Amino acid sequence: MSDIVLDIQDLTISLPKGADRPSAVTGMNLTLRAGEVTCLIGESGSGKSLAARAVLGLLPAPRVRVTSGRILFEGQNLATIAPRDMAKIRGARIGMIFQEPMTALNPLHRIGRQIEEVFRIHTTLGRAERRARVVKLLADVHLPDPEKIARSYPHQLSGGQRQRAMIAMALALEPKLLIADEPTTALDVTTQAQILHLIHELQREHGTAVLFITHDFGVVADIADQVAVLQKGVLVESGPRDAVLNEPQHPYTKALLAAVPRLVVPDRPATEPGLVVLEAIDVAKSYAARGLFVRGRATRALDHVSVQLHRGETLGLVGESGSGKSTLARAMTRLLGIDSGDIILEGEAITHLAPRAMRPHRRRIQMVFQDPYASLDPRQRVADIIAEGPIIHGVAAKEAQARARRLLGLVGLDPSAADRYPHEFSGGQRQRIGIARALALEPDVLVADEPVSALDVSVQAQVLDLLADIKAKLGISMLFVTHDLRVALLICDRIAVMRHGSIVEIGPAAQIFSAPSHPYTKALFDAVPGAAWSAHMPVPAE
Amino acid sequence: MPDGLRRFARNRMAVLGAIVIAIIVLVSVLAPFLYPKGAFSLAGQPLQPPSLQFPLGTDALGRDVAAGVAEGARTSLLIGIAAALSAVIFGAMIGGIAGYYRGTVDIVLMRVTEFFQTIPAFLLAMLLVVILSPSLLSVIIAIAAVSWPGIARLVRGEFVALGGREFILASLGLGASGPRIIFRHLLPNCLSAIITVGSLLVATAILLETGLAFLGLGDPNIMSWGLQISAGRVSLRTAWWVCTFPGIAILLTVLSINLVGDGLNEALNPRLRER
Repeated sequence: MSDIVLDIQDLTISLPKGADRPSAVTGMNLTLRAGEVTCLIGESGSGKSLAARAVLGLLPAPRVRVTSGRILFEGQNLATIAPRDMAKIRGARIGMIFQEPMTALNPLHRIGRQIEEVFRIHTTLGRAERRARVVKLLADVHLPDPEKIARSYPHQLSGGQRQRAMIAMALALEPKLLIADEPTTALDVTTQAQILHLIHELQREHGTAVLFITHDFGVVADIADQVAVLQKGVLVESGPRDAVLNEPQHPYTKALLAAVPRLVVPDRPATEPGLVVLEAIDVAKSYAARGLFVRGRATRALDHVSVQLHRGETLGLVGESGSGKSTLARAMTRLLGIDSGDIILEGEAITHLAPRAMRPHRRRIQMVFQDPYASLDPRQRVADIIAEGPIIHGVAAKEAQARARRLLGLVGLDPSAADRYPHEFSGGQRQRIGIARALALEPDVLVADEPVSALDVSVQAQVLDLLADIKAKLGISMLFVTHDLRVALLICDRIAVMRHGSIVEIGPAAQIFSAPSHPYTKALFDAVPGAAWSAHMPVPAE
Repeated sequence: MPDGLRRFARNRMAVLGAIVIAIIVLVSVLAPFLYPKGAFSLAGQPLQPPSLQFPLGTDALGRDVAAGVAEGARTSLLIGIAAALSAVIFGAMIGGIAGYYRGTVDIVLMRVTEFFQTIPAFLLAMLLVVILSPSLLSVIIAIAAVSWPGIARLVRGEFVALGGREFILASLGLGASGPRIIFRHLLPNCLSAIITVGSLLVATAILLETGLAFLGLGDPNIMSWGLQISAGRVSLRTAWWVCTFPGIAILLTVLSINLVGDGLNEALNPRLRER
């Protein structure tokens, strides 16, 4: 099968004045063939999503528009096509799936009606026939009880089910081309694996060409036939999957691949287990579901969990969303109240201390947050952000500011950063500022809640290195929350796997990896995208 | 915030409004020099139409309407700004406490706020002025008392939204106290919203003051636009100028303040910036 479905020739998309570069995509050439999955991979800001939107005619005009090049699809140039004609193609000949299934579906309409709408717009099918087609489509994407799903509203479905419904909608009219923009990024790993499998299966069955946008090389390894790598709007490398993944030619591709954490346990000297620093004993926490008239069922976020963090070790809390890993981390830092149980910091119960009595203990447990954009006060200068902790704990302002500048050096930022505001920094740099803020109080325990999951893979590696480096240098203990098993293996000495608010398995990283005893742990490892490829990936020469 | 200022300057209507306000401020400052005898003094024959000597005419008592408009500008701006400022400070305090501490405090304070919101603002203001007896201070107090609930709800909403953000959690984790989080982190982050709504409040306050003065509930010893219209309404058919010029002054002032408020909103509100 080599018939060309989509041919992008010399595509350039211009950005408005004042953007960081003149064009989002520069001179891109890409050919998509029927029955093949082409992965467009790049870091955030590489222009991969805009390229996909250009194909769909959904660029945020007039500020961002195609300035040159052609997008050929079924003999038409989509770059210059009239909006009215484009509307006929979109949805019928080109299907699309977005990242966030909750926002892409209308919350006020039933699933069945939304899929039916596709038929109503593009076909002349009768009402009964439309209904039948909808149910068949929902069955095709392996949704249980398709009749019932068709009658459900989006909020009644899980994230994975919503994404399946989106896929059903996208494939309703058997399009020649399917555009999927990070369709699995918002999903848990096990759900992601199922969705990837589904896309693969349907695409093989129908001979659809797929343009799959992603930032994850694991996903690429699992699903791609062809790979195209975008760097700052320039297509630096493209070719068959195995060639690109195993023998990358361009230095950028090499660097990206080198930064992908392997699914292996790195050789590390075993750390001597020290005394227990921080301990949770039989901690329970539920969230009451609040309704207007009915008392909803309470959600058990933590179901009597006990865990110990030893001096000098890194303990990973791993699990999918809703497993209670972040809740446990916040409970152990006392940022979140608990219903029962105890939090012990070096032999002293801190569970019920009043804010004032808690203050001296706050110094010893510090937290690094997930979102580098939300975790720094946008109205404060970097020096003030880092110096805030020491000032609260009685250090003179001048001294605290001087210490803040020294810490910037420690986390790999220029001391001149001190006088700037957070919005002037990239995500990775902000995360470094967040780490400096946590270190300013010279804590004994560092709690990191998904500190790298919002970052690009190359930045991710740098921040992980920094964390490991600081931990070794300062001898602090770390509680590391993550959903990414590869990251957990890379940085943690011990790993606790969480599910439904309890720890199902805990042990040294190597043991969890090589001999997982709980079926859920095994399922998690199996679901890691690109697991097979990652395990024996050649280590790049550089 | 030079960035915000530049965005403000791009909005032509807002700049126009700012210029008009600047002129009104200038007139109110210069009023004692332009009309040294004051707005209450008899200047000439009653009910003279606009002429070279009296560009805006005279009223039924022979007072210069132009002098009244100039002095009234001072009254309106003074009351508008003072009332809006006190409403903002009081409202932000109530809303901030409710939004930060939540729980019972929040419920009690918000019910009190709603209680004030359910009473028609103008009637409550009238009642307060009557109880306190009409004077400059009582008018300011009355207007502030009916204006603060909006600000309180706004600040509470912002605080609740910001409270869940990670940088507030981070501060808590550092051991920061309640007042520190409120004044160092929460307030600065909703300042732009407060400034915008506060500026619009000035316009509402001016309208309220005019209404009160029109009903004879203003300070009788201070010239204001409402007082002028109230005095001129009996001769509206024979001497249109007595009511019309203060009316135009009110219109221009309120319109300009609203334009400036919208401009501030657009310049400071990050959600509208993308347009």
